[in-house]
Amino acid sequence: MLTKTMNPEKALKLVGSSPVRPDGVPKVTGLAVYGADTSLPGMLWGKILRSPHAHARIKSINTSKAAALPGVKAVITGADLPDHKFEYVGPERVAVNYWHMTRNIMAREKALYEGHAIAAVAATSPAIAQHALELIEVDYEILPHVIDVDAAMQADAPLLFEDMIMRGVEPAPTKPSNVSKRIEFAVGDIEAGFAQADEIVEMTFKTAAVHQGYIEPHSCVARFGADGQCELWSASQGHFVVRAYTAKLLGMDIGSLLVHPAEIGGGFGGKTVVYVEPVAVALSKKTGHPVKIMMSREDVLKATGPTSGSSMKVKIGVTKDGKIVAADSTFNFQAGAFPGSPVMNACMCAYACYEIPNSRAVGFDVVSNRPKSAAYRAPGSPISAFGVESVLDVLAKKIGMDPLELRLKNAVSAGSPTAWGPKHAHDGFKETIEALMKHPAYKTPLGKNQGRGVASGFWFNGGGESAATVHVNEDGSVVIATGSMDVGGSRASMALMAAETLGIPYEKVRSTVADTASIGYNHVTGGSRVTYATGIAVVDACKKVIDDMRSRAAMTWDVSIDDVIWEDGHARVADKSTGDHAPLSLAAIAAKRAVTGGPIVAEAAVNAGGMAPGFGTQFFDVEVDPETGHTKILRVVAAQDVGRAIHHDYCEGQIQGGVVQGIGWALNEEYIYDKEGRLSNAGFLDYRIPVASDLPHIDVVMVEVPNPNHPFGAKGVGEVNIVPPMAAIANAIEQATGKRMTSLPMSPPKVLAAIDGE
Amino acid sequence: MSKHHITATINGDPAEFLCEPQQPLLDVLRDELHMTGTKEGCGTGDCGACSVMLDGRLVCSCLVLAVEAQGKTIDTIEGMANGDQLHVLQRKFLEHAALQCGICTPGFLIAARALLERNPDPSEEEVRFWLAGNLCRCTGYQKIIEAVLDAAKELRGA
Repeated sequence: MLTKTMNPEKALKLVGSSPVRPDGVPKVTGLAVYGADTSLPGMLWGKILRSPHAHARIKSINTSKAAALPGVKAVITGADLPDHKFEYVGPERVAVNYWHMTRNIMAREKALYEGHAIAAVAATSPAIAQHALELIEVDYEILPHVIDVDAAMQADAPLLFEDMIMRGVEPAPTKPSNVSKRIEFAVGDIEAGFAQADEIVEMTFKTAAVHQGYIEPHSCVARFGADGQCELWSASQGHFVVRAYTAKLLGMDIGSLLVHPAEIGGGFGGKTVVYVEPVAVALSKKTGHPVKIMMSREDVLKATGPTSGSSMKVKIGVTKDGKIVAADSTFNFQAGAFPGSPVMNACMCAYACYEIPNSRAVGFDVVSNRPKSAAYRAPGSPISAFGVESVLDVLAKKIGMDPLELRLKNAVSAGSPTAWGPKHAHDGFKETIEALMKHPAYKTPLGKNQGRGVASGFWFNGGGESAATVHVNEDGSVVIATGSMDVGGSRASMALMAAETLGIPYEKVRSTVADTASIGYNHVTGGSRVTYATGIAVVDACKKVIDDMRSRAAMTWDVSIDDVIWEDGHARVADKSTGDHAPLSLAAIAAKRAVTGGPIVAEAAVNAGGMAPGFGTQFFDVEVDPETGHTKILRVVAAQDVGRAIHHDYCEGQIQGGVVQGIGWALNEEYIYDKEGRLSNAGFLDYRIPVASDLPHIDVVMVEVPNPNHPFGAKGVGEVNIVPPMAAIANAIEQATGKRMTSLPMSPPKVLAAIDGE
Repeated sequence: MSKHHITATINGDPAEFLCEPQQPLLDVLRDELHMTGTKEGCGTGDCGACSVMLDGRLVCSCLVLAVEAQGKTIDTIEGMANGDQLHVLQRKFLEHAALQCGICTPGFLIAARALLERNPDPSEEEVRFWLAGNLCRCTGYQKIIEAVLDAAKELRGA
């Protein structure tokens, strides 16, 4: 493990260590309460009827037989939910449209994909609920469907929405289409740029839709009271966002809905939206009983996630000495059945690693009869990177330059322009490339049928709204609470930052996640924002209690607060000339809290800007079996700028996890549809995510270029690691076989066909 | 539909429950006996999150009918620690940060214990192949493998 710490501001005692997480013991003993683990007295079981058709008009739904079944307490359809105005709200990159969202929760006019929710029942047992679903009569008019993104863009394609006019084009088209939006980012002069190039490569690529693949299916329990007050137990990446969406969709006051954060069994972006929660609340309201809904794995694959599949064209030009002079790309993204693919991110991230004076990225957001796409780890960026980083590899070979050197030559640093306006404000990318150049394994000789491929990646990382509280207890122990779901050890990193700031042992801090009534708003655990933004809130709250404790010490000593400093968990006089007072420990001050002003508590709320992006560079060594086309991963070295690791091992774990998800995306994972538009592989047997025996050791190189805007220098670490693998593996396969793979996944049949020249 | 009355030994204690003939053991553990440490990830035997021991055999409890448990012994994650003493594997999983979200962890621990009972000194490759029936989407498996190897070492007294 190479760790480079640049400009350490001061020696840290706890930050960067790897203590056991505060929520660890319940999670290894089976006692932690996840989404499906809550049951309430009098609880009913909710189940959802799903469309068997990829595209059908719903002519009528007859629920009378289901409602009459003994044990059935309620049946609802889309008509039981309030409708919403058609409008896009929020920043464009993450805009939502509640007219779409309510139709995804439950279909109204049409079923738009196999698995689309049509109706729901609540009954006294799961078996009765299942039987009731079979009694619901839906009269469908089956419509022609379209699955493939390029087919969906054709003029004669079946339309999902007969009135959808492409946005982002002036003048607006007169004919409806499946294209929801066109987006473009352009700088410089494309033609002049390509005119300077000595080598130009243009290639087309396809990527498959892939699912986030969290092991815990979506589930929740809702309890709606006759007083209009509702409680919801839900496993999500953000219980405040679950509250906001659910309340909005059902026309409730946000304050009347209290959401408890169940432990979450993985999300990777896919649990930043709601599916079952509004349905459970609506059923609970109608029945007056708590209602639990659990998705099956088949439901998860057919009706949640995935991220977009795509088709794209990437053209890049370089000079002989390795300067990238122009790039021009088009990205067509599957949005699923409703608009909102991450194509805007894809356009913005496509060239974000490099200084390219002339570039254009055009994106199309395209609906087709697939589940609505949801965020997945650095949404959009891995897809455009597959194209761009593959083309760069071809160019590097053409000009005879090492692929890392080509990247280093063009790498952005603080002050480099971006395609979307503001300049890059942080270093860290070049350092990841240099780390690999220096890595001993990079020069290791390769054997027969083996190849080495490199690729880089960019992700924005997030900041945003977070709140935290700190309570100093009378015995000197401390409780901190945030509203950020802990999906991978964030309680530990929050405790580390609090203990470091307060100057007390890690074990003295209890770190918790509070419900929506007990803490200020926290945005989702996503965008690699929690260690950064919620971490700032925790440190700010700690600084407030430190000021409070300094003032209590000053009062005790009868000196000015300005004469009291806080050091290593103690209040001390700054200068002995103000009096020879023995330092007061946090515990000593806490013991006197009642007579010095009462509870020692602080809340801090932030809307954090100043986050630094994530950069990563990786190389993969592979061996391709010429008989089967199977690609074995022999070695991975993943370098990433983490700013500063707060919890060392969880930081490293994020990188290992992201790399392996990328391996699955590269080699195995894909949504496979039959002729009727039905998903053929809606289970973990056929939707194959990587298993332990598929993988080698994942070597992580954490580069630490601190972000000065965070008290300890942290940058988001969760996402950028999934960006490079697909292209890096394609580049390695090319070196091993001489064949350039341009379609994901690079599964054995495809690789074999390429080797055999088919 | 009449229910079956089943008696079994769960984590060393006598247990009895009523179940429907088609009900999986997993559902009875979770919904009837309120032992929710055993997790459902797929319900089709593909993810290993519901791993338990049935008469000393590692099984996916979603693929076992509850009626099959008649007269048998079942060991679940709830019985792995000895009072407040964690099993070495549980402790090593914590020390190695071998869990992120933790939903797959009970299944991995049950499966890993079954491995070490058969093979106290497995190679890394043997651990990777033994645990190939357990899916983890968070960790990339690296730290899980390290935790199991380290636990094996400690259990051997090496």
